[in-house]
Formats: sequence, structure tokens, C-alpha cells
Amino acid sequence: MSALTGTTRLARLVLRRDRIRLTIWILGTPLLGYALAGSVAGIYPDQETRLGYATTSASSLVARAFNGPIHGTDLGAVVVAETYVTLALIVALLSTFAVTRHTRQNEETGRAELLGANVVGRYAPLTAALIVIVAANTVAAVLLAVALVGAGLPLAGSVAAAAAIGGVGVAFTAIAAVTAQLSVTSRGANALAAATLGLSFVLRAAGDVLGEQSADGTRVRSAWPSWISPLGWGNQVRAFDGERWWVLALPVALLLAGVALAYTLAERRDQGAGLIAPRRGPATGAPRLLSPTGLAWRMQRGTLLGWAVGVAVLGLSMGVAADEFNDMIDANPAAAEAINAMGGGADLINAYLAAMLGLFALTIGAYVVQALLRVRGDEADGVLEAALATAVSRTRWLGTQVLAATLGAVALLLLAGVTTGLGYGIVTGDPLGQAVELGGAALLRLPALLVIAGVVTAIFGLLPRWSVVLSWTALLVFLLLGQLGAVLELPQAALNVSPYTHVPAVPAVDPAALPLVVLAAVAAALLAVGVAAFRHRDVPS
Amino acid sequence: MPVISIGNLVKTFGAIRALDGLDLHVEQGEVHGFLGPNGSGKSTTIRILLGLLRRDSGDAKVLGADPWRDAVRLHRRLAYVPGDVSLWPNLTGGEAIDLLGQLRGGLDRRRRDELLHRFDLDPTRRCRTYSKGNRQKVAIVAAFSSPVELYVLDEPTSGLDPLMEAVFQDEVRRVKQAGATVLLSSHVLAEVEALCDRVSIIREGRTVESGTLTQLRHLTRTAVTVETARPVTGLDALPGVHDVHEVDGRTHLEVEPAHLDELLGQLIRFGVRALTSTPPTLEQLFLRHYGDDPAATAGTDAPATAASGAPAAGSSDADVQADAPQGGAR
Ligand SMILES: Nc1ncnc2c1ncn2[C@@H]1O[C@H](COP(=O)(O)OP(=O)(O)OP(=O)(O)O)[C@@H](O)[C@H]1O
Ligand SMILES: [Mg+2]
Repeated sequence: MSALTGTTRLARLVLRRDRIRLTIWILGTPLLGYALAGSVAGIYPDQETRLGYATTSASSLVARAFNGPIHGTDLGAVVVAETYVTLALIVALLSTFAVTRHTRQNEETGRAELLGANVVGRYAPLTAALIVIVAANTVAAVLLAVALVGAGLPLAGSVAAAAAIGGVGVAFTAIAAVTAQLSVTSRGANALAAATLGLSFVLRAAGDVLGEQSADGTRVRSAWPSWISPLGWGNQVRAFDGERWWVLALPVALLLAGVALAYTLAERRDQGAGLIAPRRGPATGAPRLLSPTGLAWRMQRGTLLGWAVGVAVLGLSMGVAADEFNDMIDANPAAAEAINAMGGGADLINAYLAAMLGLFALTIGAYVVQALLRVRGDEADGVLEAALATAVSRTRWLGTQVLAATLGAVALLLLAGVTTGLGYGIVTGDPLGQAVELGGAALLRLPALLVIAGVVTAIFGLLPRWSVVLSWTALLVFLLLGQLGAVLELPQAALNVSPYTHVPAVPAVDPAALPLVVLAAVAAALLAVGVAAFRHRDVPS
Repeated sequence: MPVISIGNLVKTFGAIRALDGLDLHVEQGEVHGFLGPNGSGKSTTIRILLGLLRRDSGDAKVLGADPWRDAVRLHRRLAYVPGDVSLWPNLTGGEAIDLLGQLRGGLDRRRRDELLHRFDLDPTRRCRTYSKGNRQKVAIVAAFSSPVELYVLDEPTSGLDPLMEAVFQDEVRRVKQAGATVLLSSHVLAEVEALCDRVSIIREGRTVESGTLTQLRHLTRTAVTVETARPVTGLDALPGVHDVHEVDGRTHLEVEPAHLDELLGQLIRFGVRALTSTPPTLEQLFLRHYGDDPAATAGTDAPATAASGAPAAGSSDADVQADAPQGGAR
């Protein structure tokens, strides 16, 4: 088949280019899984503690939204509940970025053209990328299964859990293969796939929140939305609780469908082009475009709009779900009692809402990183050089970008709080009051986001070539500290590294000024370091 | 006062010594060619002049100011065309031109429209969809739309078709007429010959020659072929004569223009039957400075003489450097 000529050679090229990334991925996931499993085993050593865990997890909507449905009291089930979502998100993002990197990015940079002029079939680049990335997911899953067995978990469950996580990677490999055909830029392709991942998370969370608790109180039977989320499928395998192997056919089916769709789309477009033909635009620049601020807004507005839609949908659904909480407590006195033992009745809703706002703050942290990394992208492309050769100072240029990212973060935080408040308020009959209160509570997360902006700016100033890797790593570390810090029983000093640790969990607790002021001061210091370093270094470097 | 004056400039990137004591002087109102092989440090020098890169040591003054410290103030008075133009992919060409012009402190609307017309550039297309040549045109139009004192052009015409090259040359002449100074880095020798009042040639981060093209020509050996009645002798002993060899009874040699007199005096004694003398072409001129092997690139195929050619090139440096200001004041 001539369309596939050269696939093997290209696959070897992918392996060669990514040998370090793939190694970290393939070894890192099982190692993380092993560490987490061991840690969970330490915290929940016996049936009694695990029964408590399963019961609360099955009753708590927060736990269902974040950790997915619990399936019984086996140690493996607890491990899955504590780690599945995090590992699945990591694997999904790794797969997405890898697919884009070896497909659309090659077209964007012109590398594909260089390759395409050789003896290389039409489908070969995409096929080579997919083969390697699916293989990476498979190998990582096999090693993860070995790691879980090594941590003392039953064989069947370990295989099912590892396959479930690998399945998420395979599903997002297929999704990214399609988005890489749709968008002209690799940034756009990644954004589309990430948006799909966000939607999958919301659907899964909604399905699990709306699901039913089993009679014995230790299991959750998810509602239908979980079934249309590739992220939700992994939970439906029910590892360690009478595995349903056939569910694993879903990601495989999605892979086949996605690949077929991607090939069809690739057939219909030119090399380097998207599916939408480029349109003409204005012949002159509108006055409001012609300044660093105007340009920053123009560059950000599309991204910001996409984020706003996602945040609003997530906010409304999380808000509406909050009220289900009340119903559930009313309907299930046993669960209410268990939850009461954990935190206290009246504050439960507030704890849920605070957790939601915390989740938003983390997610919007990704927006801040993405928005600020544009400066680095511009530097690598050479656009920054052209801009700085005009009468714009480096301080003004970078300051404008930071300001734009900050304003975007403020807008998104406010939107998150207001929509969550609206959703909750609509069902409880006080939309306006809740919107105002939660909008304000959400804005209190801003200092943590300023610290993120400061971290990215400092990295950009000091270690420009490492900006992308280090910035995302920093955010990932903050995410892991927040999500897994408790499971791993990390010392407080480690948890304190994350700015999110220090934000008062309003509305669950009263706002406190001191931590916010300290965070803002740290952010200011980091920004100052970043700007000063940027002023003193070479561009481009 | 020179518009650009660089002395003993050094710039390293880690272990790479990109500039190694470079000198460059550009006078007010001249078009100055900036030449050198790939990787010799032209773009690096230009980026230092724009305050984008920080010099390790040496002096650099642009329009009397320090390019690093006074970058923003200076940038109002100069326009830059980068060697590898990249633009904001989702802006149109027209928007990019206006943006760059406005960021520089304003542009001449009438000129902008005229230039768009002359360069035959469609300003409504997205920058992402431009061909290489058209991207280059966007940067050229953006630069020449601003009436500034200094134009810094780094290989501005790479990718332009011959028609556009002509338009570009007209534009350079126009701004020169208006009193502006132009620093033009280029690999297109015809363009250099057509436009430049003076040129500086650099190699491996150092200036090897600088002067008017006539001066540089003068430094480069003329190739002479002579047929004589009796076999010529004693040529090797003459000053400034190189690469003497005989083929089919004809003597081929190269001579430095300053020593033509002595050569002719000697040849006459052997009964000259035929004599051709070929002045160096521009290509030879540059190849001599660019190539690793000066003799091989000077038009002979006698590798053994490479060593004898090198000192001549080295010693001529100093003379030209001293001559340079006169050339510029013409
Ligand atoms: N950011 C950098 N990091 C490391 N080395 C660099 C960097 N920029 C330039 N160099 C090196 O410095 C030297 C000079 O490069 P420069 O781009 O100035 O050459 P050039 O004369 O403009 O060449 P060309 O004619 O190909 O444009 C080269 O050896 C190049 O590899
Ligand atoms: Mg260059």
C-alpha cells in the first residue's frame, strides 16, 4: 500500500526524537502508580478503614466528582479511587501532546514538507505517530500492571486498572489524531483536544455525581453521562470489583473510529492546511490593535473565549450538582452521618463549593501558563525580535503580557464563581446572592494565580529555553501536591511549595488576609525577578 | 560623526565565539554593505546594534548612543528588516505593517500605500498564508514606510524575485537621497555593487576588509596571461607576483595591482607576443575573503601556492582600514 510507504522509518524517527520523553512516560507512570499504591496501603491497612473510606467516598459528591465512583472495599478499589483520575489525565495529556508534536507540528514547521518530498506515503506520518504512541500507552499499561501486582494487589484487578488507564491514553490518541487534522496550528490542535478532555471530565463528574449509591453503601453506579466520556470508561471497567472486561473495547473502538476519521479528513485537505479555508482580513490595522495592549488582547481573545465557555459550562453544572447534595443528605441519613463525622453538616455544601473553586483555580492556572508562554513562543518564532526592534521597551512588552494574562485570569475566576453561584442559586432560589458571594470567593484565589504568573515570568527571564517544560512541570507539581499530597502523606513543608495550599478555602472557611498578602508579595517578587532577568538577557536566546 | 561605530566587538554564545574583535564604521548618509560567509557574525552584529543581544566587550555606538542602554530611544530613529521574517500568523499583512510602524512611533500612510502598490503586496491576506518572498515584503514595506535616520537590513531581499529586487533598490536609493543611512547585509553581489558606497567584509567574527569597492578591487590580484618570444625567468623574485606557472608556452600569473609596473618592466625583456589581463570579478573578490583557501578561489588551480597568498591578504588589511574614511567621505 503506497499510502503507507515509509511508515516504519518514520516510526523510528518518532522513537528517536522522543526517546527521552517516552522513557520518562513509560517508566514514570508505573513508578507513580507503585508509590501511590504503597502509600494508600499504608493509610488504609485493614477492612475497617477501607469500609469507612468506601462509604464516605460513595456518599460524598465531592469525592465522586473528583475521584470517580468507588467500587467496593478492596485495597485495589481504594487505590483506583485515589489515583485513577490523576493518572488518566496525565496519560491523556501526554498522548495528546505526542500526537500533535508528530503530526500537526511537523506540518506547521515545514518539517513534514521536507519529509513528504521523500519516499513517504500520504498516511505514513500519521500512522507512524499513532503506532508509536499507542505502543507507548500499551507498554506503560503493562508495566503499570506489573507495578500494581508488585505492590501486592490482585492480578486481575491490576491488569484491569492498568488497562483502563492505558485505554484513556489510547482514546485521546485518537481524539488528538482528529484535532490535528482540524486546526492549522499545533497550539490549536492541543487546545481542541484539551477542551475535549475537559468536557470528558465534566461529563464523567456529572455522571458519577448523578449516579446511585449501592445498597451496602460502598459502591457507586454511575449515570449515563459517564458512559459518553472516554475518561469515564476506565471507571466502568470496575477493576478489583468483578472486572467488566468488555468495557475495554470502547477505547479500542474509539481508536479505530478516530483513525478512520483522521485519514478521511487528511484526504480532504492540503499539506499544512486546516479544513477551513483561510479568509481575507482588513487591509489596515484598526487603531485599537496598534499597541502592545491591543495586540495582546487580539492574540488572547480566542483562547480566552474558549476558556470562558468551558468554565461557564463547568461552573453551572457544578453549581446545579451542589444542590443534589442536599437531596442526598436528606434521603440517606446514614451517609449524612458519615459525612457529618468528617466535616460537619451545615458546612458540607460550602466544603463542596470551596473544593469546586479550588479546582477552577487549578484549571485557570493552566490558562495563565498557556497565555504567558505565548511570549516564549513569539521569541522562538522570531516575532519577538521584530517587536523589540521597535520603540517598545522590554519591560512594557513583558508587563503587557503579564497584565493580559492576569486580567484573563480575573475574568475567568469571576466567571467560574458567578456561574457556580448561579447554578446553585437557581435551584435553591437565590441566584443573585449566590452569584455575588461565590464570585467574590473565587476572586480570593487570584493571588495563587499571580504566583503562577510570577513563576512562569521568572522562568522565562532566567531560563528561556526551558520555559515550556519548566512552567508546565511547575503547574503539574502544584496539581499533584494538591491532589495526591494527602495520599502520599507528604510533609507540610512539601505541600507549602504550592501556592494553592495557602489560599483560604472560602466559603468553607473565613477569608484571611495574611496568606493572600504573602502570596501577592511572592508573586510580585517573582515578577520583578523575571522582568529584570528578561531586560538583561539576549533576545532571542 | 559616524552613524554606526563598532570597535573590537566580542560576543560569545557559550563556547562559540561569534564575534571576535569586530570593527565596523558607517558614515552618515552612506549605504554600507555588510558581507561575510554564512555564520560569520553579520546577524549577530546587527542584533547587538539593535540592543537585542548584549555584547561581551568592545564599543558600540549607534547614532551616538549605546544600543543596549538607549535601545528604546534609538529604535524610534531606525527601522529593521530581519533576515528571517516571521510575523503574527493570524494578523493580515496590512495589520502587521501598521502595527510595526505604530510601535516604532508612526509611519507615513501615503508611503505605505505606495509601497504596497509598488511591491505588489496584498495586505488583506493572513501572514500565515504568505509565501517567503511576500513575508519579506511585509517587513520591507513596514521598514520603508517609516521616515527614519537609519535602516538596518539583514539580507532583506532573500526570496524576492528580480522585479521586486529592482523596486527594493529604488527604495534604498530614495531613502539615501533623503539623507538616511543604510546598513545592508547581503549575499547578492549584484545588489551590493549597485547600491553600496562602501563595504565591510567579515569572517569568523572579525573584519577582514573595509572600503569602497574600487579600493577592494585594487587589493585583489589581477590575473595575467602572457605569451613571450623567450621563456620568462625571474618572475618569482618580483614583489607582488604570485602563482606563476606555465601551460603550453604561456605564462599564467597573478599580480597585485600596485606592482603591475615592475611586472611589465620585467616581461618586456622577453619579447611580449600577447598579453591579457583580467581584473578580478566581484565574485573573485569575495570568494578570496570567504573561502578557506585564498589561492584556490582566486582563479588558479595550484594548491601549493595557497600559503604564499595568505600573507598578502593579511598585510593589505591595514592599508584599507586606513583608507576607509576617505572613501566614505567621497
Ligand atoms: N543564539 C545563538 N546561540 C548559539 N550560537 C549562535 C547563536 N546565534 C548565532 N550563533 C552562532 O554565531 C555565529 C554567527 O552567526 P550569525 O547568525 O551572526 O551569522 P551570519 O553572518 O548572519 O550568517 P548568515 O549569512 O548565514 O546569515 C554562528 O556560528 C552561529 O552558529
Ligand atoms: Mg544572518
